[in-house]
Amino acid sequence: MSTIIESPRQPQQRASKGRVNWEKYGWIYMRASGVLLIILIFGHLFVNLVQGDGIKAIDFAFVAGKYATPFWQIWDVVMLWLAMIHGSNGMRTIVNDYASNPTVRRILLGALLVAAAVLIVLGTLVVFTFDPCSTLIPADQALSFCPVP
Amino acid sequence: MPNEAVSTLTTARSSSKRPAGTLYRGNTGMWSWVLHRITGVAIYFFLLVHVLDTAMIRVSPGAYDAVMSTYRNPIMGLGETALVIAIMFHAFNGLRIILIDFWSKGAKYQRLMFWIVIAVWVIGTLGFAPIHLHNVFTEPH
Repeated sequence: MSTIIESPRQPQQRASKGRVNWEKYGWIYMRASGVLLIILIFGHLFVNLVQGDGIKAIDFAFVAGKYATPFWQIWDVVMLWLAMIHGSNGMRTIVNDYASNPTVRRILLGALLVAAAVLIVLGTLVVFTFDPCSTLIPADQALSFCPVP
Repeated sequence: MPNEAVSTLTTARSSSKRPAGTLYRGNTGMWSWVLHRITGVAIYFFLLVHVLDTAMIRVSPGAYDAVMSTYRNPIMGLGETALVIAIMFHAFNGLRIILIDFWSKGAKYQRLMFWIVIAVWVIGTLGFAPIHLHNVFTEPH
């Protein structure tokens, strides 16, 4: 009885050649986005929570002032996309680790996908369609620099 | 032969008087992994809420300011402090993971890097927490 034992470091035989190795790109994405998110999130935390009066100073006018510049619009949207995908992919790893029931696993993965898609679309729309002087804003809440209708 | 392996393992932690047992008690490698998971899940759920609360700017100034006033509540202020502390661990340990993966000596120094992560984490917490807690627990002027 002779059984061939493969060398431990034998590369795994590819089931089908030419297919994209998504897990590899997911692995790379976690590291690349992680480095960028450190810069984006620490910058975000410094400007919003450390500088000046921190959380005390955050109100509608503060955010309106930030989104008046494309710099913070792009900063926040890039941060939103990178963080949402990074977080969802991390949660996917955890679901795959602990959800042994295939149905439960599929439901949880579906929920992660829906949550990520909805919040990415919502957040992007909010940042790019935001108008501090929108006519929908009640007159008594309008910012002082907005034209009086 | 298996007994030999066991005795090697137990002498490696001779300071412990308790029997080795069968439970894996882990080491810095395991605890960094556990903390990375717990902080990651916590940050993920905050992110979901944070996108929704910021979306209130698109509703009305009153709606956004109402949400933000709940963030200035002392209990929420403590929660934010914990959140930023969690983000700092996840960030610094993430850099350690990247160094283990890509730096040729990363695996060799993973334990040292863990303690550097803890040290930078403590310094970061001491830098952030007093500023934030001061802002939370003093009246706006």
